[in-house]
Amino acid sequence: MSLEDRHHTDTAPGDEYGEEDIAKGLRGYFIGLVLASLLTVASFAILHAHFVWAPAIPVALLVFAIAQMGVHLVFFLHITTGPDNTNNVMALAFGVLIVVLLFGGSVWIMNNMNRNMMPPMSASPQAPAMPMHH
Amino acid sequence: MTDALALQPQARVRTDPNHLGHHARAGEGHAKATGRGTGGPSSKRIIVGYGFWIFLLSDIVMFAAFFSAYAVLQTGTAGGPTGAELFDLQNVALETGFLLISSFVCGVAGLALAAKRHLIFQAGMALTFLFGAAFLLLEAREFLDLVDRGAGPTRSAFLSAFFTLVGCHGLHVSAGLLWLLTMMAQVATKGIRPEILRRVLCFSLFWHALDIVWVAVFTVVYLMGSIA
Repeated sequence: MSLEDRHHTDTAPGDEYGEEDIAKGLRGYFIGLVLASLLTVASFAILHAHFVWAPAIPVALLVFAIAQMGVHLVFFLHITTGPDNTNNVMALAFGVLIVVLLFGGSVWIMNNMNRNMMPPMSASPQAPAMPMHH
Repeated sequence: MTDALALQPQARVRTDPNHLGHHARAGEGHAKATGRGTGGPSSKRIIVGYGFWIFLLSDIVMFAAFFSAYAVLQTGTAGGPTGAELFDLQNVALETGFLLISSFVCGVAGLALAAKRHLIFQAGMALTFLFGAAFLLLEAREFLDLVDRGAGPTRSAFLSAFFTLVGCHGLHVSAGLLWLLTMMAQVATKGIRPEILRRVLCFSLFWHALDIVWVAVFTVVYLMGSIA
């Protein structure tokens, strides 16, 4: 396929645009490996870092994880912002939307419910408030 | 000559066939682009890859449901052990390293197949298998150790959610290993044919996606679980 033809088509997820050269392809995977390793090491290292304010550690872990997912998407799955990747990015965006709604919504609702519906600890099980019928 | 020079910078800009209206540059917005307008359907590789991409995203949505269950039930330890008491982070770091290297070598094998280098492809896939299998062994050892210590999936809601989420990822890796062996055998016996190349593309997408899910697992389950 000529370069001119490739301007007017899409690219499958996982395929790299205009990449027929194995050495150039390897470079991308190497960059991805190095960045992902750095982010992984940072995640494990910050867990016991004393110079970081403790409540900030979960936030930092989340940031490192999202950054690493981005590294995987760009360097291993070859998702780009180019016009040949529009469909792949749109599908990904929809997936991310559902994941955020599902996970964020569950955590939000259940935490709220736990806080508001926790039974008082002093209530004795021997003295039910309502008469029980068997 | 002057025409060629004038076209030179144009060729470097990636034209967008979807880019319609009066902002469109020359060569954009025409209906003859493959996959849209009158350009006819996209190639089968693009359609298969895109369909598998949508499956993977739906699989990730399923994982999100398990992650939600874990996040909600994390505190429900029923007087039993918590994650901070159970998790062996050294083991998790090893698992993470194995899966990352496996994902990298899988990508190299894909490049080798595109360059029709059979031997490098088979060697890369074999390495991918070995690192994936090492990951699974470590995970199986961890699970057996937990059950031995009385922290099996029946102990508490927290442990049920833990085994479901991490076990589901492990099942995906096991299925991936079987698929990997099938791909090695098919490339060896059937050779480099378009349908075989499409299957290897889908496999490598699957393998990379599993590594992305693992990033979420080691962060949310193991690292954040060790803080609390």
